[in-house]
Amino acid sequence: MDPLEPVVTPSQTPAEPLRVAAESSSALEELATLDREPDVEAWRVRWLGRRSQLALALRGLGRLPASERAAAGRALNQAKKELTEGCRNRLAELREQATRRLGALDVSLPGRPLPRGGLHPITLTERAVVAAFAAMGFHVIEGPEVELDYYNFEALRIPADHPARDAMDTFWLAPPEGADARRSRPLLLRTHTSPNQIRFMEANDPPIRLIAPGRTYRNEATDATHEWMITQTEVLAVDRGLTLAHLKGTLYEFARRLFGEDREIRFRCDYFPFVEPGVEVSVSSPGGWIEILGAGMVHPEILARMGYDPEAYTGFAAGLGVERIAMLRHGIRDIRRFYENDLRFLRQF
Amino acid sequence: MRVPLSWLESLVPLPEDIPALAHRLTLAGLEVTDIERVGGEWKGVVVGRVLEVRPHPGADRLRLVTVDRGDGAQTVVCGAPNVAAGQDIAFAGVGAVLTDPRTGKPRRLKKSRIRGVVSGGMVCSEAELGLSGEHAGILVLEDAPAAGTPLADVLGDRVLVFDLTPNRADALSIVGVAREVAALTGARLRLPETGVAATGPEIAGRAGIEVAAPDLCHRFTLALIEDVRIGPSPAWMQERLAAAGMRPISNLVDITNYVMLELGQPVHAFDADRVRDRRILVRRAEPGESLTTLDGRERKLDPDRLVIADPSGPIALAGVMGGIETEVTDETRNILLEVANFQPTSVRRTARAFDLFSDAARRFAWGLPPQLAPLASARVCRLLAELAGGRVAEGLLDYWPEPEGPVHVRLRRSRIPQVLGMEVPPAAVEDSLRRLGFGVESVSGSDASRPDGAVCVNVPYWRRDVRAPDDLVEEVARITGYDDLPAAPIEGAVPRHPRLPARELRERVRDLGADAGLFEVQTYSLVSAEDLAAVLPPESLASPPPLRVENPLGRARDTLRTSILPGLFRAAALNLDRGARSVRLFEVGRVYRPLADDRDGRPAEEERAVALMAGVRPDRFGSPTTESLDFFDLKATLERVLDGLRLEARFRPIERFGMLPGRTAAVDIARQTIGFLGQAHPDTAGFFGVGVETCVWELDLSRVLGLAPDAGAPVAAAPLPRHPSASEDFAFVVGPGVLAADLAGEVSSHPLVVEARIFDDYPLEREGARSLGVAVRYQAPNRTLAEKDLVKVRRTILKRVKRRFGAVVRGAPGARPARP
Repeated sequence: MDPLEPVVTPSQTPAEPLRVAAESSSALEELATLDREPDVEAWRVRWLGRRSQLALALRGLGRLPASERAAAGRALNQAKKELTEGCRNRLAELREQATRRLGALDVSLPGRPLPRGGLHPITLTERAVVAAFAAMGFHVIEGPEVELDYYNFEALRIPADHPARDAMDTFWLAPPEGADARRSRPLLLRTHTSPNQIRFMEANDPPIRLIAPGRTYRNEATDATHEWMITQTEVLAVDRGLTLAHLKGTLYEFARRLFGEDREIRFRCDYFPFVEPGVEVSVSSPGGWIEILGAGMVHPEILARMGYDPEAYTGFAAGLGVERIAMLRHGIRDIRRFYENDLRFLRQF
Repeated sequence: MRVPLSWLESLVPLPEDIPALAHRLTLAGLEVTDIERVGGEWKGVVVGRVLEVRPHPGADRLRLVTVDRGDGAQTVVCGAPNVAAGQDIAFAGVGAVLTDPRTGKPRRLKKSRIRGVVSGGMVCSEAELGLSGEHAGILVLEDAPAAGTPLADVLGDRVLVFDLTPNRADALSIVGVAREVAALTGARLRLPETGVAATGPEIAGRAGIEVAAPDLCHRFTLALIEDVRIGPSPAWMQERLAAAGMRPISNLVDITNYVMLELGQPVHAFDADRVRDRRILVRRAEPGESLTTLDGRERKLDPDRLVIADPSGPIALAGVMGGIETEVTDETRNILLEVANFQPTSVRRTARAFDLFSDAARRFAWGLPPQLAPLASARVCRLLAELAGGRVAEGLLDYWPEPEGPVHVRLRRSRIPQVLGMEVPPAAVEDSLRRLGFGVESVSGSDASRPDGAVCVNVPYWRRDVRAPDDLVEEVARITGYDDLPAAPIEGAVPRHPRLPARELRERVRDLGADAGLFEVQTYSLVSAEDLAAVLPPESLASPPPLRVENPLGRARDTLRTSILPGLFRAAALNLDRGARSVRLFEVGRVYRPLADDRDGRPAEEERAVALMAGVRPDRFGSPTTESLDFFDLKATLERVLDGLRLEARFRPIERFGMLPGRTAAVDIARQTIGFLGQAHPDTAGFFGVGVETCVWELDLSRVLGLAPDAGAPVAAAPLPRHPSASEDFAFVVGPGVLAADLAGEVSSHPLVVEARIFDDYPLEREGARSLGVAVRYQAPNRTLAEKDLVKVRRTILKRVKRRFGAVVRGAPGARPARP
């Protein structure tokens, strides 16, 4: 039941049609003063509703004498048309006014804060490195960071007291309390990701195409270019017919993906006991050649020890520092920024 | 290693372009890290000839010196006592930059007036030229070129500074570098003279050697040189030594150093008269023995140390450092010269044990050829005879029980393209190897010019790193250069890719953490034991304790983390200290959980995700408010991460070490606890220096791994409901200890309830009681629910929550129809 409907008793005589029609002009005047939509709605119910004077008059037309009927009908219908249009127009006017009032926002104000998060630049760079190699058919493996001497050194042709160990200052783990000194083998924090090569080759046969990212550790003092914890990525491919030229092609593609087109790759002779030949790889940059990683052909002795025929299979390996790649890509001058975790630094990536 | 160019040039002609040569050497594996100029550029300093020396009219100790400086004469005031007419000296004109002898800093020379006389320059001392500390007299040049010649042309030298790799012990010498230069440029090598005429009586019978440790000493030679006259070594030798980084001492010491640098073979001179019976014994040290080394420190010895001894005891640490007792001194007249070859490992261990990586120890540790010993001995003898007047005794005592024969390596031609991926013409192969001193012969029955042919390569004794065919391939490649190497794309079938679910989960959690508004940090794997003790209960640090580093960088970094929380707290504290108003951080990484029973002692390396939030909440404009970020701000991020993993967790109140009781929850999934969430205990927050209202969560990803749906597996899509649902809201009054989620869970356990969501929580006046609003949605998969269904469901729900939680409903609910 609409409370706004006027209560009309049926016994009431219908209004005189011409007077009703004449009142419509005063109704329109009233309409012009209404400036709220509900008031207009109430007005509509009062003047145009089912029980309005106008509706009653229209319904009562049949009871009029025939001579008056036509004129009264015309007048009433004319009035109804005027009121209906007036109502529609007034509503449209009011809505237009309201819409115009709604538009008054200062659009320059900031939005409600929605905190942004972000990934660490090492995560992002590692993903970029992984993606570049994945596009060439390399897949990811991961290995332990706490390693045995065998995997970190010996199996990679770096026996105890080899001078190459001097370049990889090692964190050794103290034997667990109460450990049997004779039985427990010394543990270390891996100094590079190369132990992954051995662990994978021990358990798999060629062809191999893998990358192995992860944390590595060197017991050395830190400065702007040295950090004792480094994220490395190992690259290893073993198959029939792989050559140093394929290493160059692979790294060339990698460099273009990470540093942009127009990059060149240059090799120079270097030494790592687990490859032969060994090379240091530089990538061209506007400022000159920048060394990015060490690489080489997997030493045939290692292939043989893994049970691969070194006459049939050849392979290449590379080890790259993710921090170094990130520093070159982003122009970061101090490697210590990565693990300091200052948000003003982290927000930039 | 430092190689003065003047020294190198005495052995091999050098090209004009030294930087290009250095670059070529670097590409070939001998990395030049710097080209240093010795003595500086000496701008404005030229050779001058003293024309006249007159007394200064105003000072007894000063004189007026007129110098021909090439473009005219100049008179200067000079206080040096040794200046004399006819001398060639170093003349610095006005504007020259010299070293101030008092401060050691560079100083521009100005025109000055000294005791009334104008001085237009200076006659320089060695100190002013930065050559030495000598300031008493001026530097007098020998064999100087014409006056006016820049001094840099007379005294200037450049030094190639090498960073060598340990396979190239042969390159730890001037001769070794010269060989490499000759191989790269094609120039001829002139080796130093080693011929020596013995002028003294036979050594045999007058000195003796006995090697009691043949496993550690492969060769030992002893020479005797008598009647040496000690004195300074000649200027050229001093200059070369100084440029190479060694301090000149006396002719006897300088000669031994000179030969070590020149040939790469360490030699040691004993004062023969202080070696008892002139009898040398090479043996392991005995327990309890000690030796005072040349640096004056007493070294306790044990049987792991190889020593040179005489009958009275140790007189030198073999290959590492001599003893002070038998050291060459000003009184030395006779010398016993040891040139030996020691086992590299033994020398390296001794050097490490005493932290004595001397030049000698490094060379031995890298591995030297035994063939070099007699050559170095002869070279020292020759120089001692020449420069110290010594009489070289006839003969050389030489212990070499197992002489090495020549080493031959067979190289198949096809191996070169098999390894390099490019052809090298046979002539270029042979030429490269021959230039490096390798002998190349064709193998009988094999046509060396054919691809399947082979060559037999005779490896020179100094290249002990070359033992296999691929070593030769590298030699060829580094001499011909890698620049022509093509870049070929990798071909062939892509190997099968096993998936790494742990890595996939970790990377997903990283993405979800960042999506939840957290910044990823990466903190060190090594932390301090105290930091771990602040977040982990004593029992978890005891059995077994976290692994520790034996040789840490410091106490703050000596323990392998068994929790990531300390790193996160430290990162938060650093940022708050630096002015951040709030921190929202997370890290996903490994912890290293020690295992009690694992046989090789390695820890379980487990993945954890950890988050931390602290600081103030921003207002509508992002400005800091007075409200702290709280438990529920952080919980939202955990819920976001779990939701992203399609996991629904139950949060159950627990007490946990380091966390605030009453504000800490276990995160349970399917009755398994996968982590926790809560507010740090004020003591914990205080320990790390972060705000009181610091909240953290941790997920054990190794447990999540078994629970989260595989992101790689396709999700089975459920059909949308076809029948409308109905909703109604309840307000339950519950007593203390009832968890809202448990109440909602009980409601939603009814099969016709598809959702029961907490929408309101407010305390009532009765102690501990509160009103919980629960919005419930009913729906059946196969029909539209009628009012009589709803009445039944409602009755069941009310009965259940009353029985389980004592919850009663406030006011009468009524169901509202809603769209499906």
